[in-house]
Amino acid sequence: MAIPHLLVHDKKDTVGVIVIEGLKAGTNMLGVVTANDSTFHLKARMDVPIGHKVALVDIKKGETVWKYGHDIGKAVADIKKGEHVHVHNVKTKKW
Amino acid sequence: MASKRKRKTSKPAKLNGGRLSFHGWRRENGRVGVRNHVIILPLDDLSNAACEAVANQVKGTIAIPHAYGRLQFGADLELFFRTIIGTGSNPNVAAVVVIGIEEGWTKRIVDGIAKTGKPVTGFGIEGNGDLMTVAKAARAAKEYLQWASELEREECSISDLWVSTKCGESDTTTGLASCPTVGNMYDKLIPRGIYGVFGETSEITGAEHIAKARAINSKIGDKWMKVWQAYENEVIQAHKTDDLSESQPTKGNIAGGLTTIEEKALGNLEKIGRKCRYIDVLEPAEAPANGPGLYYMDTSSAAAECVTLMAAAGYAVHTFPTGQGNIIGNPVIPVIKISGNPRTVRTMSEHIDLDVSGILRRDMTIPAAGDALIDMIIRTANGRLTSAETLGHREFVLTKLYRSA
Repeated sequence: MAIPHLLVHDKKDTVGVIVIEGLKAGTNMLGVVTANDSTFHLKARMDVPIGHKVALVDIKKGETVWKYGHDIGKAVADIKKGEHVHVHNVKTKKW
Repeated sequence: MASKRKRKTSKPAKLNGGRLSFHGWRRENGRVGVRNHVIILPLDDLSNAACEAVANQVKGTIAIPHAYGRLQFGADLELFFRTIIGTGSNPNVAAVVVIGIEEGWTKRIVDGIAKTGKPVTGFGIEGNGDLMTVAKAARAAKEYLQWASELEREECSISDLWVSTKCGESDTTTGLASCPTVGNMYDKLIPRGIYGVFGETSEITGAEHIAKARAINSKIGDKWMKVWQAYENEVIQAHKTDDLSESQPTKGNIAGGLTTIEEKALGNLEKIGRKCRYIDVLEPAEAPANGPGLYYMDTSSAAAECVTLMAAAGYAVHTFPTGQGNIIGNPVIPVIKISGNPRTVRTMSEHIDLDVSGILRRDMTIPAAGDALIDMIIRTANGRLTSAETLGHREFVLTKLYRSA
């Protein structure tokens, strides 16, 4: 299998992790869902560092963000599919 | 250029049915150590200088300076004694010299460690001064060191090994690669009779329902939830001034791509694998007493605090997944670093013992990474120095429950 740009834990997830260095905007990324080894493609909308997340779907402000098949917090801004997801647009629901 | 030397040790037996063993030192109480340290242990902050003088004079001994031991009381004092006595009692320690400002509490530590049957002697500074104390303590340390140097390793079953885990400077790659590697190791070695332990109470926040469900039964699950809720109420909610972003998750976690505590917690829990269940919940530094299996220990998520508590409970080898590159070590137990972040493996290679970045490239499976970790654990138990040991990392940090009197 070709080296993926993006790994997703669970098919329910709405974000995936960039696993290569130097990802550039516009890249047609190869994604793998590790739970079942299924593959998909997604266009990166911006440069994203290794380890950071991108949205797999459009996420609206206030919606729950899903990773590992679980709730990891809420969007505090609208996030478009393929955009960088991090502390600027997602916050904890716990503290 | 010198060619890379091949290691002489043979590979451990294959996991499928094969016998796994290592060579360690069986101590007086039956526990097995993988190191043979003679330590110079201060009762209190005031005695650090004398301990360091002894360790400087008697080469090959290790002084373990720390910041506390004065005017502590109640549960905080109990935890202090449990941690110091536990450190001296760890099977990686052959013998101990204790130095304290006065003889009473010094004796309390000596008596606690003596229950293991190992050689231990204490010295009080008051009425003698540093110089006389150092002279007497150095003579005892020299005798212990020569005695320990003739102790021999013997072949031991893998079930004699106690393996702890805690991750640090995590990022999203730890949840994808290095934490599941530890989880796979536990899924394979816990059924073979080892003792395991995980902790980091605040760092389960967001995954507490999953952690509770991984208890052996509902009684232990309820015990776990009580411990988590107490930390949440008495530590986090009682003292927080914001959402803890940059503290938990840390600034390094955020640089590595982790966004919320929930996300960090779910990655953290990957360390307990898919199958094994924890059989009891331990107080900080409490030795497990219910036989082999996986335990939970109520600890902070700060690396040195947590590893210090696990070593004080008697664990002999620590497995430490890192994403962004936490460089921690411990004075008495080897800390094995595992990383799946290719940038960290490249830029901080001198700190990483096991590279599992192949998991991200999909050219290494998690079961294969688990086998590679078991191999590294056995090599480490047999004497291979970890990166942290070679670089002199001996972080020893006591957990303080509240201010001293």
